[in-house]
Amino acid sequence: MARDTYTEFANTSFGRTLTKNLGLPQPAKLRRHRPGRPLIEGPVVVLGSSEAASALADRLLGWDLDVRRNVGPKEKVAGVVACFDSASSPADLSSTVLEIGMLLKQLKPSGRVITVSRDPQGTSDPAVRAARSAVQGLTRSTAHEMRAGGTANGIVLADDLDPSAPGAAGALRFLLSGRSAFVSGQFISVDSVNGALPGNWDRPLQGQVAVVTGAARGIGASIARVLHRDGATLILVDIPAAGEQLAGVANEVSGTALQLDITAPDAGDRILAHAEQHHGRLDIVVHNAGITRDKLLANMDESRWNSVIAVNIEAQLRMNRAFLASELFNADARGAMGPRIISLASTSGIAGNRGQTNYAASKAGVMGMVSATAAQLAARHGTINAVAPGFIETEMTAKIPFATREVARRLNSLNQGGLPVDVAETIAFLASPQAGGTSGLTLRVCGQNLVGA
Amino acid sequence: MSAQNIRDAVIIGGNRIPFARAHTAYATAGNQDMLTSTLNGLVARFGLQGEQIGTVAAGAVMKHSKNFNLTRESVLGTPLDPKTPAFDVQMACATGMEAIGSMANKIKLGQIDSAIAGGVDSISDAPIVVTDELRGILMEANRAKSVPQRLKALAKIRPGHLSPQAPGVNEPRTGMSMGEHMAITAHAWGITRAEQDELALASHKNLAAAYDRGFFDDLVTPFKGVGRDTNMRADSTLEKLGKLSPAFGRDLGAEATMTAANSTALTDGASAVLLGSEEWADQHDLPKLANFIDYEEGAVDFVDGAEGLLMAPAYAAARMLKRNNLSFSDFEYLEIHEAFASTVLAQIKAWESEEFCKNKLGLDSALGTIDRSRLNVNGSSLAAGHPFAATGGRIVASLAKALHGKPGKLGFISVCAAGGQGITAIIEGR
Repeated sequence: MARDTYTEFANTSFGRTLTKNLGLPQPAKLRRHRPGRPLIEGPVVVLGSSEAASALADRLLGWDLDVRRNVGPKEKVAGVVACFDSASSPADLSSTVLEIGMLLKQLKPSGRVITVSRDPQGTSDPAVRAARSAVQGLTRSTAHEMRAGGTANGIVLADDLDPSAPGAAGALRFLLSGRSAFVSGQFISVDSVNGALPGNWDRPLQGQVAVVTGAARGIGASIARVLHRDGATLILVDIPAAGEQLAGVANEVSGTALQLDITAPDAGDRILAHAEQHHGRLDIVVHNAGITRDKLLANMDESRWNSVIAVNIEAQLRMNRAFLASELFNADARGAMGPRIISLASTSGIAGNRGQTNYAASKAGVMGMVSATAAQLAARHGTINAVAPGFIETEMTAKIPFATREVARRLNSLNQGGLPVDVAETIAFLASPQAGGTSGLTLRVCGQNLVGA
Repeated sequence: MSAQNIRDAVIIGGNRIPFARAHTAYATAGNQDMLTSTLNGLVARFGLQGEQIGTVAAGAVMKHSKNFNLTRESVLGTPLDPKTPAFDVQMACATGMEAIGSMANKIKLGQIDSAIAGGVDSISDAPIVVTDELRGILMEANRAKSVPQRLKALAKIRPGHLSPQAPGVNEPRTGMSMGEHMAITAHAWGITRAEQDELALASHKNLAAAYDRGFFDDLVTPFKGVGRDTNMRADSTLEKLGKLSPAFGRDLGAEATMTAANSTALTDGASAVLLGSEEWADQHDLPKLANFIDYEEGAVDFVDGAEGLLMAPAYAAARMLKRNNLSFSDFEYLEIHEAFASTVLAQIKAWESEEFCKNKLGLDSALGTIDRSRLNVNGSSLAAGHPFAATGGRIVASLAKALHGKPGKLGFISVCAAGGQGITAIIEGR
């Protein structure tokens, strides 16, 4: 991982003054989750007078937060939850929007703005859909305007969903917390009342068995550490050649190392057999393994194209077929929460990237697979989602030439690259029971990358 | 199979690092590093972090005196519970087999519920010692009570004393290398160059095929960037092997048959096997690949040339088969350690020889033939290499995996060792 010396400099007192005067990017040190620390420190203001506003304010009070309906003009604020779920026309938004505007200057570093609205696709009424869509434009633009490590994101509730559903509370808590440090300008849709709030918010995955592919290093190793911290028992998979590092990660998180090539036709069955032998269950699958073989399309050869497609998407499709054919991957049958799959997509798969036709195809393929598999998981009360990282500081991105890397780092609303742990936190959230109402979604962890929608 | 009142010793699985030709990839690793890494891989494979194992037994043939507690020190370098006891074993090339066999016995007797057994060897990091003369002078200086006495002792040092002594690989009682001993045995049994080259080629082909079908995915963990045994030559041919000049028995002239290709290369590596009682394996949700049924040590009088140095397993096998009322045709797979191709062939010829079996083994007839299609089916030491003490663990783990899913099917193991010794063993798939 390459050192981000610019961010270090910009966080010294001289650096802060200089970057401000020169109009340079001012990357802040982001607030990240640490077990045992408060969810968020300072008042959280709930705006709006809708059904969701009262339900979510009750949730926040239940978490012993300093919940306010309004604050004084000088008071510092940690977060703003703006509820627009009752809006039936764009004109209905104005008073709440202007209240957000007044509070932005009072936000503490790494502050949060969270909008709550209804799914635009849930209505055919032009004015209502316009209002709901407008909230999304508002949220994205607010995210661009956030400063000092602050983020703005939205929760999108299904048309008739009770806002007291566990999924809404789970998304709210994730977005307020340091777990979502590098998530900005994004929307978490909550479609159903499925899911449950954990007894212990620091151990939401207690008793759950998770498999992580590509776990020997980088983002995969980070996912293993975060899932372990959150209580999961781990099966860590990587290619045999990465076995030494894989064993190191497995011993660190008290998991088991399973060396296998995920492109093997029986990879899914071998994972199931291992899970059956050691744990008698499998609850969570994280498809993290992936490769890049960059080349301009004009110079693309068969091996570069085929290997990326084989590892990044065909292997996932084949393994999912094996998992979904297995009773072991059907936690619902045991009366617990259903099985969960989380796949690694990429912002390249959303916006495309020069030299990455193969990679972008595979990652866009992942998003297609996720949305199309949601119905099969729903039949087991399970979920499937994707996480699309933007620029993350890894061994892989450390190899990008300095100037290109420096530009890539700053091209997002937080003016810095994310850390592997940021991707891992989002995956852990989507694996948790409190995210049970969200499925078929691709959630970006990109600091609101300016490239791509 | 086992006697009443004695419980099964179950082979749960194993781990080894790829074996590397001496003075190459592991040149700076050393026994401690290799054994620790191997144990770490085993712990990771079976989720043994924090587990207190009954006993860990392992050893090295070439060992520094500073590594007097090699195995225990390696255990302390793993996530195993530090309350896990460990000790070192040393029985030349049969070290690994002796460690595994004795641990299996402890489990059968109910003394312990779990064990790890294995071995490690480094040619690259072999201990180099000073001459006996210099050592004598230094010890005298150490005993001296005054400075003048000490200087007087040290003044005896001569330049010739300073040449380092590499550890001996020759037999101390004959001064001959193992290869030269084997050349005599091979010649006596009329073993041809062609037979030896064919066996060597089969070893490489079988090992490479096993790697290619993923057989070693859960038996080997890479070390220092090495993923497969570096001695393996998947693309070797009989023509290539046929071009090599003899390396041993050169005084036999045109009748010399042993080359660098049909003799094992010096290698660095380590292996470990996880054993447990049935209950322990079940309590820990661990697989049960095979049972360790029995093992037999043997030794021959090779010093005066009455028997070949590496022929002890021929005798041990006869006693072990008789005790278990078995013959070679009862075995699904046979693993005969390829110290040299001719070692394997000489043992086979001896068991097939009515004369040998009557006169030397005291049997009524020949012990039996070996079905070659069941021999060393996943490669052996000629291809993988032979880090002395690590070979037993390699063989037991691989054979147990090959027999897994074949309940009741038997596997035979033969490992020869320096000093005219050897061990044979039986395991049973489950």
